[in-house]
Amino acid sequence: MGKISLEVNGRKVEKEAPDNTLLSTFLREHLQLTGTHIGCDTSQCGACVVHVDGNSLKSCTALAADVNGSKVTTIEGLETNGKMHPMQEAFKKLHGLQCGFCTPGMVMSAVDLLQKNKKPSDTEIRDWLEGNICRCTGYQNIVAAVKEAATKM
Amino acid sequence: MKDFNYHSAKDSKEASKLASSSSAFLAGGMTTIPSMKLGLATYKDLIDIKNIKKLSGIKVSGKSVIIGAATKHVEVSNSKDVKKAIPSLSSLAEGIGDPQVRNRGTIGGSIANNDPSADYPSACIALNATIHTNERKIEAAKFFKGMFETALKKGELIEAIEFQIPEKSSYQKHPNPASRYAIVGVYVAKHKGDVNVAVTGAKSCVYNDKDMSKALTGNFSSSSIDGMDLDSSEMNSDMHASADFRASLVVTQAKKAVDAC
Repeated sequence: MGKISLEVNGRKVEKEAPDNTLLSTFLREHLQLTGTHIGCDTSQCGACVVHVDGNSLKSCTALAADVNGSKVTTIEGLETNGKMHPMQEAFKKLHGLQCGFCTPGMVMSAVDLLQKNKKPSDTEIRDWLEGNICRCTGYQNIVAAVKEAATKM
Repeated sequence: MKDFNYHSAKDSKEASKLASSSSAFLAGGMTTIPSMKLGLATYKDLIDIKNIKKLSGIKVSGKSVIIGAATKHVEVSNSKDVKKAIPSLSSLAEGIGDPQVRNRGTIGGSIANNDPSADYPSACIALNATIHTNERKIEAAKFFKGMFETALKKGELIEAIEFQIPEKSSYQKHPNPASRYAIVGVYVAKHKGDVNVAVTGAKSCVYNDKDMSKALTGNFSSSSIDGMDLDSSEMNSDMHASADFRASLVVTQAKKAVDAC
Protein backbone atom coordinates (compact mmCIF):
# COMPACT_ATOMS: atom_id res chain seq x y z
CA MET A 1 0.00 0.00 0.00
CA GLY A 2 1.13 3.49 -0.71
CA LYS A 3 -0.29 6.98 -0.78
CA ILE A 4 -1.20 8.21 -4.26
CA SER A 5 -1.42 11.98 -4.66
CA LEU A 6 -2.63 13.30 -7.98
CA GLU A 7 -4.32 16.34 -9.41
CA VAL A 8 -7.18 14.89 -11.43
CA ASN A 9 -9.17 17.26 -13.63
CA GLY A 10 -8.01 20.18 -11.50
CA ARG A 11 -8.94 18.54 -8.20
CA LYS A 12 -6.32 17.33 -5.72
CA VAL A 13 -6.85 13.74 -4.63
CA GLU A 14 -5.00 11.62 -2.13
CA LYS A 15 -5.80 7.97 -1.52
CA GLU A 16 -4.16 4.83 -0.26
CA ALA A 17 -3.91 2.12 -2.90
CA PRO A 18 -2.10 -1.21 -3.24
CA ASP A 19 1.21 -0.92 -5.17
CA ASN A 20 -0.16 -2.99 -8.07
CA THR A 21 -3.01 -0.54 -8.76
CA LEU A 22 -3.08 0.54 -12.39
CA LEU A 23 -3.83 4.16 -13.16
CA SER A 24 -7.00 3.04 -14.99
CA THR A 25 -8.15 1.12 -11.90
CA PHE A 26 -7.34 4.05 -9.66
CA LEU A 27 -9.40 6.41 -11.81
CA ARG A 28 -12.35 4.08 -12.26
CA GLU A 29 -12.58 2.28 -8.94
CA HIS A 30 -11.00 4.65 -6.43
CA LEU A 31 -12.23 7.93 -7.93
CA GLN A 32 -15.35 6.61 -9.73
CA LEU A 33 -14.28 8.34 -12.95
CA THR A 34 -15.68 5.65 -15.21
CA GLY A 35 -15.43 7.68 -18.41
CA THR A 36 -12.00 6.14 -18.90
CA HIS A 37 -12.79 2.78 -20.47
CA ILE A 38 -11.00 -0.56 -20.30
CA GLY A 39 -11.27 -2.23 -23.68
CA CYS A 40 -8.52 -4.78 -24.14
CA ASP A 41 -6.43 -4.45 -20.98
CA THR A 42 -3.39 -5.37 -23.11
CA SER A 43 -2.32 -1.84 -24.16
CA GLN A 44 -3.64 -2.14 -27.70
CA CYS A 45 -7.07 -0.57 -27.96
CA GLY A 46 -6.50 2.88 -26.47
CA ALA A 47 -9.95 3.21 -24.84
CA CYS A 48 -8.14 4.07 -21.58
CA VAL A 49 -6.09 7.01 -22.90
CA VAL A 50 -5.78 9.92 -20.47
CA HIS A 51 -3.36 12.83 -20.22
CA VAL A 52 -0.59 12.81 -17.64
CA ASP A 53 1.28 16.09 -17.31
CA GLY A 54 -0.06 17.10 -20.70
CA ASN A 55 0.84 13.97 -22.66
CA SER A 56 -1.46 11.11 -23.62
CA LEU A 57 -0.79 7.67 -22.24
CA LYS A 58 -2.64 4.39 -21.83
CA SER A 59 -3.79 4.35 -18.24
CA CYS A 60 -4.09 0.55 -18.23
CA THR A 61 -0.32 0.36 -18.77
CA ALA A 62 0.86 2.70 -16.04
CA LEU A 63 0.85 2.18 -12.31
CA ALA A 64 -0.88 4.78 -10.18
CA ALA A 65 2.32 4.76 -8.12
CA ASP A 66 4.55 5.63 -11.02
CA VAL A 67 2.58 8.73 -12.00
CA ASN A 68 2.39 9.85 -8.38
CA GLY A 69 2.44 13.63 -8.09
CA SER A 70 1.28 14.20 -11.67
CA LYS A 71 -1.56 16.19 -13.19
CA VAL A 72 -4.08 13.87 -14.84
CA THR A 73 -6.86 14.84 -17.23
CA THR A 74 -9.57 12.35 -18.08
CA ILE A 75 -12.50 12.64 -20.49
CA GLU A 76 -14.57 14.05 -17.59
CA GLY A 77 -12.13 16.94 -17.35
CA LEU A 78 -12.58 18.25 -20.89
CA GLU A 79 -15.88 20.08 -20.52
CA THR A 80 -16.01 23.64 -19.26
CA ASN A 81 -19.11 24.78 -17.33
CA GLY A 82 -21.22 22.01 -18.76
CA LYS A 83 -20.17 22.78 -22.33
CA MET A 84 -18.54 20.06 -24.36
CA HIS A 85 -14.97 20.41 -25.57
CA PRO A 86 -14.70 21.24 -29.32
CA MET A 87 -13.36 17.73 -29.95
CA GLN A 88 -16.40 16.17 -28.25
CA GLU A 89 -18.70 18.52 -30.22
CA ALA A 90 -17.01 17.51 -33.48
CA PHE A 91 -17.31 13.78 -32.73
CA LYS A 92 -21.02 14.31 -31.99
CA LYS A 93 -21.69 16.49 -35.03
CA LEU A 94 -19.86 14.29 -37.54
CA HIS A 95 -20.92 10.91 -36.11
CA GLY A 96 -17.38 10.04 -35.09
CA LEU A 97 -18.83 7.30 -32.91
CA GLN A 98 -21.41 4.56 -32.93
CA CYS A 99 -21.33 2.44 -29.77
CA GLY A 100 -19.10 5.00 -28.05
CA PHE A 101 -16.88 2.56 -26.21
CA CYS A 102 -13.61 3.70 -27.77
CA THR A 103 -14.65 7.36 -27.85
CA PRO A 104 -13.11 8.61 -24.56
CA GLY A 105 -9.72 7.30 -25.64
CA MET A 106 -10.12 8.57 -29.21
CA VAL A 107 -11.04 12.03 -27.98
CA MET A 108 -8.21 12.22 -25.43
CA SER A 109 -5.69 11.02 -27.98
CA ALA A 110 -6.97 13.45 -30.64
CA VAL A 111 -6.85 16.37 -28.20
CA ASP A 112 -3.19 15.53 -27.51
CA LEU A 113 -2.54 15.50 -31.26
CA LEU A 114 -3.97 19.00 -31.72
CA GLN A 115 -1.91 20.27 -28.77
CA LYS A 116 1.19 19.24 -30.71
CA ASN A 117 0.11 19.72 -34.30
CA LYS A 118 -2.53 22.38 -34.88
CA LYS A 119 -3.30 21.50 -38.51
CA PRO A 120 -2.68 17.80 -39.00
CA SER A 121 -3.15 16.16 -42.39
CA ASP A 122 -5.37 13.09 -42.84
CA THR A 123 -2.26 10.89 -42.80
CA GLU A 124 -0.96 12.53 -39.62
CA ILE A 125 -4.34 12.01 -37.92
CA ARG A 126 -4.45 8.35 -38.96
CA ASP A 127 -0.84 7.80 -37.85
CA TRP A 128 -1.50 9.46 -34.52
CA LEU A 129 -4.59 7.35 -33.87
CA GLU A 130 -2.55 4.18 -34.49
CA GLY A 131 -2.99 3.23 -30.84
CA ASN A 132 -6.78 3.71 -30.77
CA ILE A 133 -9.00 0.99 -32.13
CA CYS A 134 -12.65 1.48 -33.12
CA ARG A 135 -14.67 -1.51 -34.26
CA CYS A 136 -17.73 0.42 -35.45
CA THR A 137 -17.06 3.48 -37.53
CA GLY A 138 -14.39 2.57 -40.04
CA TYR A 139 -12.53 5.69 -38.88
CA GLN A 140 -13.69 8.00 -41.71
CA ASN A 141 -15.89 10.11 -39.47
CA ILE A 142 -13.34 10.06 -36.66
CA VAL A 143 -10.74 11.59 -38.97
CA ALA A 144 -13.35 14.10 -40.21
CA ALA A 145 -14.20 15.01 -36.61
CA VAL A 146 -10.56 15.62 -35.69
CA LYS A 147 -10.18 17.86 -38.75
CA GLU A 148 -13.34 19.78 -37.81
CA ALA A 149 -12.11 20.22 -34.23
CA ALA A 150 -8.80 21.54 -35.57
CA THR A 151 -10.69 24.49 -37.07
CA LYS A 152 -12.34 25.24 -33.70
CA MET A 153 -9.45 24.82 -31.28
CA MET B 1 -1.87 -8.61 -11.62
CA LYS B 2 -0.20 -10.16 -8.59
CA ASP B 3 0.84 -7.83 -5.84
CA PHE B 4 4.38 -6.54 -5.55
CA ASN B 5 6.26 -3.81 -3.71
CA TYR B 6 6.84 -0.61 -5.66
CA HIS B 7 10.03 1.32 -5.01
CA SER B 8 11.17 4.56 -6.59
CA ALA B 9 14.97 4.72 -6.62
CA LYS B 10 16.81 8.04 -6.23
CA ASP B 11 20.01 6.92 -7.90
CA SER B 12 21.61 3.92 -9.64
CA LYS B 13 23.25 2.83 -6.41
CA GLU B 14 19.94 2.59 -4.58
CA ALA B 15 18.32 0.85 -7.57
CA SER B 16 20.92 -1.89 -7.74
CA LYS B 17 20.93 -2.27 -3.96
CA LEU B 18 17.18 -2.96 -4.06
CA ALA B 19 17.55 -5.50 -6.88
CA SER B 20 17.19 -9.19 -6.14
CA SER B 21 16.45 -12.42 -7.99
CA SER B 22 12.74 -11.58 -7.84
CA SER B 23 12.83 -7.93 -8.85
CA ALA B 24 12.71 -5.93 -12.06
CA PHE B 25 13.62 -2.39 -12.96
CA LEU B 26 10.67 -0.33 -14.15
CA ALA B 27 11.26 2.37 -16.74
CA GLY B 28 8.38 3.08 -19.15
CA GLY B 29 6.80 -0.27 -18.32
CA MET B 30 5.56 -0.76 -21.88
CA THR B 31 6.54 -4.44 -21.81
CA THR B 32 6.94 -5.07 -18.08
CA ILE B 33 3.41 -4.04 -17.10
CA PRO B 34 1.55 -5.96 -19.85
CA SER B 35 3.71 -9.04 -19.13
CA MET B 36 2.85 -8.86 -15.45
CA LYS B 37 -0.85 -8.35 -16.19
CA LEU B 38 -0.87 -11.43 -18.39
CA GLY B 39 0.92 -13.44 -15.71
CA LEU B 40 3.93 -14.00 -17.99
CA ALA B 41 6.18 -12.36 -15.41
CA THR B 42 5.86 -11.96 -11.66
CA TYR B 43 8.12 -9.95 -9.39
CA LYS B 44 8.25 -9.34 -5.66
CA ASP B 45 9.70 -5.89 -6.17
CA LEU B 46 9.44 -3.33 -8.95
CA ILE B 47 12.17 -0.72 -8.84
CA ASP B 48 11.17 2.45 -10.66
CA ILE B 49 14.21 4.13 -12.21
CA LYS B 50 12.37 6.94 -14.04
CA ASN B 51 13.09 9.47 -11.32
CA ILE B 52 16.86 9.02 -11.49
CA LYS B 53 17.75 12.29 -13.21
CA LYS B 54 21.13 11.09 -14.44
CA LEU B 55 19.42 8.48 -16.62
CA SER B 56 17.53 10.94 -18.83
CA GLY B 57 18.83 13.18 -21.54
CA ILE B 58 20.72 13.37 -24.81
CA LYS B 59 24.31 14.49 -25.36
CA VAL B 60 25.96 14.88 -28.74
CA SER B 61 29.71 15.12 -29.11
CA GLY B 62 31.77 15.15 -32.31
CA LYS B 63 31.78 11.40 -32.74
CA SER B 64 28.88 10.09 -30.74
CA VAL B 65 25.35 10.52 -29.49
CA ILE B 66 24.83 9.47 -25.87
CA ILE B 67 21.27 8.81 -24.78
CA GLY B 68 20.32 8.21 -21.16
CA ALA B 69 18.58 4.89 -20.55
CA ALA B 70 15.34 6.40 -19.23
CA THR B 71 15.01 8.80 -22.18
CA LYS B 72 11.63 8.35 -23.83
CA HIS B 73 11.13 7.51 -27.50
CA VAL B 74 9.34 10.83 -28.04
CA GLU B 75 12.36 12.70 -26.68
CA VAL B 76 14.66 10.94 -29.12
CA SER B 77 12.32 11.50 -32.08
CA ASN B 78 11.86 15.21 -31.23
CA SER B 79 15.50 15.95 -30.43
CA LYS B 80 17.00 18.45 -32.87
CA ASP B 81 20.47 17.25 -31.88
CA VAL B 82 19.68 13.63 -32.76
CA LYS B 83 17.97 14.70 -35.99
CA LYS B 84 21.09 16.55 -37.00
CA ALA B 85 23.67 13.97 -35.91
CA ILE B 86 21.88 10.70 -36.81
CA PRO B 87 18.55 11.43 -38.55
CA SER B 88 17.83 7.71 -38.99
CA LEU B 89 17.86 7.23 -35.21
CA SER B 90 15.27 9.92 -34.71
CA SER B 91 13.02 8.45 -37.41
CA LEU B 92 13.41 4.98 -35.89
CA ALA B 93 12.14 6.37 -32.57
CA GLU B 94 9.24 8.04 -34.36
CA GLY B 95 8.15 4.68 -35.78
CA ILE B 96 7.96 2.76 -32.50
CA GLY B 97 4.48 1.63 -31.42
CA ASP B 98 1.98 4.46 -31.14
CA PRO B 99 2.15 7.99 -29.64
CA GLN B 100 1.17 6.76 -26.18
CA VAL B 101 3.93 4.14 -26.22
CA ARG B 102 6.42 6.76 -27.42
CA ASN B 103 5.34 9.10 -24.61
CA ARG B 104 6.22 6.46 -22.06
CA GLY B 105 8.58 3.80 -23.43
CA THR B 106 12.33 4.23 -22.98
CA ILE B 107 15.41 3.32 -24.97
CA GLY B 108 17.03 1.48 -22.06
CA GLY B 109 13.89 -0.56 -21.47
CA SER B 110 13.70 -1.55 -25.11
CA ILE B 111 17.31 -2.68 -25.16
CA ALA B 112 17.18 -4.50 -21.83
CA ASN B 113 14.11 -6.39 -23.00
CA ASN B 114 15.75 -7.34 -26.33
CA ASP B 115 12.53 -8.32 -28.06
CA PRO B 116 13.47 -10.08 -31.33
CA SER B 117 11.25 -7.59 -33.22
CA ALA B 118 12.20 -4.41 -31.38
CA ASP B 119 13.66 -1.50 -33.35
CA TYR B 120 16.38 -0.13 -31.05
CA PRO B 121 18.61 -3.23 -30.90
CA SER B 122 19.24 -2.86 -34.64
CA ALA B 123 20.36 0.74 -34.10
CA CYS B 124 22.80 -0.43 -31.43
CA ILE B 125 24.36 -3.00 -33.76
CA ALA B 126 24.41 -0.74 -36.84
CA LEU B 127 25.80 2.28 -34.98
CA ASN B 128 28.52 0.33 -33.07
CA ALA B 129 26.89 1.30 -29.79
CA THR B 130 28.45 0.97 -26.38
CA ILE B 131 26.04 0.15 -23.57
CA HIS B 132 27.06 1.93 -20.36
CA THR B 133 25.86 0.20 -17.22
CA ASN B 134 26.44 1.03 -13.57
CA GLU B 135 29.23 -1.57 -13.62
CA ARG B 136 30.91 -1.53 -17.03
CA LYS B 137 30.75 -0.72 -20.72
CA ILE B 138 29.51 -3.41 -23.12
CA GLU B 139 29.83 -3.38 -26.90
CA ALA B 140 26.47 -3.88 -28.61
CA ALA B 141 27.86 -6.86 -30.55
CA LYS B 142 28.40 -8.63 -27.19
CA PHE B 143 25.27 -7.34 -25.49
CA PHE B 144 22.43 -9.02 -27.39
CA LYS B 145 22.71 -12.71 -26.51
CA GLY B 146 19.52 -14.29 -27.80
CA MET B 147 15.74 -14.06 -27.66
CA PHE B 148 14.95 -11.67 -24.74
CA GLU B 149 18.48 -12.31 -23.46
CA THR B 150 21.25 -9.81 -22.88
CA ALA B 151 24.67 -9.69 -21.23
CA LEU B 152 23.17 -7.84 -18.24
CA LYS B 153 23.68 -9.47 -14.87
CA LYS B 154 21.17 -9.36 -12.01
CA GLY B 155 21.00 -5.89 -10.59
CA GLU B 156 23.03 -4.41 -13.43
CA LEU B 157 21.38 -1.25 -14.70
CA ILE B 158 21.78 0.35 -18.13
CA GLU B 159 22.65 4.02 -17.63
CA ALA B 160 23.20 5.20 -21.20
CA ILE B 161 23.69 4.10 -24.78
CA GLU B 162 26.47 5.64 -26.82
CA PHE B 163 25.99 5.56 -30.59
CA GLN B 164 28.78 6.19 -33.06
CA ILE B 165 27.80 8.84 -35.62
CA PRO B 166 28.01 7.23 -39.06
CA GLU B 167 28.77 8.85 -42.42
CA LYS B 168 25.34 7.82 -43.68
CA SER B 169 22.56 5.63 -42.35
CA SER B 170 18.95 4.63 -42.76
CA TYR B 171 16.49 2.36 -40.96
CA GLN B 172 13.71 0.75 -42.96
CA LYS B 173 11.11 -1.61 -41.61
CA HIS B 174 8.17 -3.63 -42.76
CA PRO B 175 5.96 -3.13 -39.70
CA ASN B 176 3.29 -5.41 -38.38
CA PRO B 177 0.22 -3.32 -39.26
CA ALA B 178 -1.31 -3.78 -35.81
CA SER B 179 1.57 -3.52 -33.36
CA ARG B 180 4.13 -1.58 -35.47
CA TYR B 181 6.77 -4.04 -34.33
CA ALA B 182 9.16 -4.91 -37.14
CA ILE B 183 8.22 -8.02 -39.11
CA VAL B 184 11.61 -7.22 -40.57
CA GLY B 185 13.65 -4.08 -39.95
CA VAL B 186 17.05 -3.31 -41.45
CA TYR B 187 19.40 -0.62 -40.20
CA VAL B 188 22.17 0.19 -42.67
CA ALA B 189 25.03 2.38 -41.42
CA LYS B 190 28.06 3.36 -43.46
CA HIS B 191 31.03 4.11 -41.23
CA LYS B 192 34.51 5.08 -42.29
CA GLY B 193 35.90 1.80 -43.55
CA ASP B 194 32.92 -0.53 -43.18
CA VAL B 195 29.16 -0.91 -43.45
CA ASN B 196 26.88 -2.53 -40.87
CA VAL B 197 23.61 -4.15 -41.90
CA ALA B 198 21.72 -4.83 -38.68
CA VAL B 199 18.61 -6.94 -39.03
CA THR B 200 15.76 -7.19 -36.51
CA GLY B 201 12.55 -9.23 -36.64
CA ALA B 202 13.97 -11.89 -38.93
CA LYS B 203 15.63 -14.25 -36.42
CA SER B 204 15.43 -14.94 -32.69
CA CYS B 205 17.82 -12.06 -32.05
CA VAL B 206 19.13 -8.99 -33.84
CA TYR B 207 22.26 -9.65 -35.95
CA ASN B 208 24.68 -8.01 -38.38
CA ASP B 209 24.31 -9.62 -41.82
CA LYS B 210 27.92 -10.34 -42.75
CA ASP B 211 27.27 -11.09 -46.44
CA MET B 212 25.38 -7.88 -47.12
CA SER B 213 27.84 -5.95 -44.98
CA LYS B 214 30.75 -7.28 -47.06
CA ALA B 215 29.02 -6.57 -50.37
CA LEU B 216 28.14 -3.03 -49.34
CA THR B 217 31.58 -2.32 -47.90
CA GLY B 218 32.95 -3.21 -51.36
CA ASN B 219 30.41 -1.14 -53.24
CA PHE B 220 27.89 1.00 -51.36
CA SER B 221 25.04 0.64 -53.84
CA SER B 222 21.77 -1.27 -53.59
CA SER B 223 22.72 -3.06 -56.82
CA SER B 224 25.48 -4.89 -54.93
CA ILE B 225 22.90 -6.75 -52.78
CA ASP B 226 20.14 -6.97 -55.39
CA GLY B 227 18.70 -10.49 -55.61
CA MET B 228 20.89 -11.80 -52.79
CA ASP B 229 19.64 -15.21 -51.70
CA LEU B 230 19.77 -15.26 -47.89
CA ASP B 231 19.63 -18.48 -45.92
CA SER B 232 16.18 -18.59 -44.32
CA SER B 233 16.71 -21.74 -42.25
CA GLU B 234 17.11 -19.80 -38.98
CA MET B 235 14.48 -17.19 -39.75
CA ASN B 236 11.20 -16.80 -37.88
CA SER B 237 8.05 -18.15 -39.43
CA ASP B 238 4.62 -17.17 -38.10
CA MET B 239 1.11 -16.12 -39.13
CA HIS B 240 2.46 -12.76 -40.33
CA ALA B 241 5.32 -13.91 -42.54
CA SER B 242 7.02 -17.17 -43.53
CA ALA B 243 10.79 -17.58 -43.17
CA ASP B 244 11.27 -17.30 -46.95
CA PHE B 245 9.20 -14.12 -47.10
CA ARG B 246 11.27 -12.68 -44.25
CA ALA B 247 14.51 -13.55 -46.07
CA SER B 248 13.22 -11.71 -49.11
CA LEU B 249 12.07 -8.76 -46.97
CA VAL B 250 15.52 -8.42 -45.41
CA VAL B 251 17.05 -7.81 -48.87
CA THR B 252 14.20 -5.49 -49.92
CA GLN B 253 14.45 -3.38 -46.76
CA ALA B 254 18.26 -3.33 -46.94
CA LYS B 255 18.10 -2.06 -50.53
CA LYS B 256 15.57 0.60 -49.51
CA ALA B 257 17.84 1.64 -46.66
CA VAL B 258 20.90 1.93 -48.92
CA ASP B 259 18.92 3.97 -51.45
CA ALA B 260 17.65 6.25 -48.66
CA CYS B 261 21.18 6.89 -47.32
